[in-house]
Amino acid sequence: MSYRSNADLGGQDVRDAIVMEPEGDLFHAPWEPRVMALVVAMGPTGLSNIDMNRAARETIPNYRDLSYYEVWLTALEKLVLQQGVLGDAPPPPKQVLRAELVAAAISKGSAFSRMPAGPARYALGQRVRTIAVQPAHHTRLPAYARGKAGIVERVHGAHVFPDTNARGLGENPQWLYTVAFDEKELWGEQNPKQRSTISVDAFEPYLEPA
Amino acid sequence: MRVRALEAQLTEKGYIDPGALDVLIDAYQTKIGPRNGAQVVARAWRDPEFRRWLLKDATAAIASLGFAGRQGEHMVAVENTPEVHNMVVCTLCSCYPWAVLGLPPTWYKSAPYRARAVKDPRGVLKEFGVELPESTQIRIWDSTAEVRYLVLPQRPAGSEDLSEQQLANLVTRDSMIGTGLPGSAA
Repeated sequence: MSYRSNADLGGQDVRDAIVMEPEGDLFHAPWEPRVMALVVAMGPTGLSNIDMNRAARETIPNYRDLSYYEVWLTALEKLVLQQGVLGDAPPPPKQVLRAELVAAAISKGSAFSRMPAGPARYALGQRVRTIAVQPAHHTRLPAYARGKAGIVERVHGAHVFPDTNARGLGENPQWLYTVAFDEKELWGEQNPKQRSTISVDAFEPYLEPA
Repeated sequence: MRVRALEAQLTEKGYIDPGALDVLIDAYQTKIGPRNGAQVVARAWRDPEFRRWLLKDATAAIASLGFAGRQGEHMVAVENTPEVHNMVVCTLCSCYPWAVLGLPPTWYKSAPYRARAVKDPRGVLKEFGVELPESTQIRIWDSTAEVRYLVLPQRPAGSEDLSEQQLANLVTRDSMIGTGLPGSAA
């Protein structure tokens, strides 16, 4: 089974100019705020989780042709169909976000930290190598950082593991690390020198000892 | 229209309270935006103990000012210095610290920024009108999990006598993403 993310853009050759935007410019069409709110409000229903949403978005074939709110809308329509929401026996919502509960829900958020199943395999300052695997499902190790050596810079505790959570296979908490890479390791000697270091947040299954 | 149809269907099936959508939109239009982050930065500039707390446990320090919550559950603050400039991106989607900066600008979610920020940060900064000394080390934070990053910009020279509110007014959204610098105190 092949799985292709159209959203994994780091390091790709995209030459369009970056279009600046003043601080107050939040929406560019009247329907956009509605989509933002719909997606947020669907969270508590439990119909999908954040990783399922990301998987639904990144697999849209024409992802790159859509604006970001179009991506959100298309993915929500897709999930609604997949989950049979419009059928005769829609899955009951876990919770419905009522207007009077919005403020509390926003300020509470939903933490992704969990009790770890065991001790952390890697320690601060340790040299590690990312796996060079292209999995056949949603993952959060960007392609540009696969098979690369870096240094563990932070240890965040265990968090919900997107690779299983996106497939409905459970939260499966895994230790999360920030791993720092030298620019030469990622882009080679040919790339013009930037004097930069690039960090990604990587789950333990993405790492091996270097 | 697609959005109205979807909203009507989800309402009819009992998933959505349309009133909640109005409250959500109002919250992100009027209450939750970069002015929250600016308060955090101004406090860190004025209060060394708060600054230390912010750099050590950003989630708790930010929560103490009332900006906890959605898309800010796991915060890390990274500090700019004369030697190091920090810049935040999400190459995989659009992860952004909503609790302190609100909704991300379109360019942050766009392909050119996500593609180039990790490989050509100096070129990206130039597009934003920021040119750093060659000796400055650039730190890129790709938000690939649920940790969200806030850049603590350098306090502008000559801002010693400013109040916290005046300082907050110098803090721009882009300076907290790392694609800009704070305003000048002069």
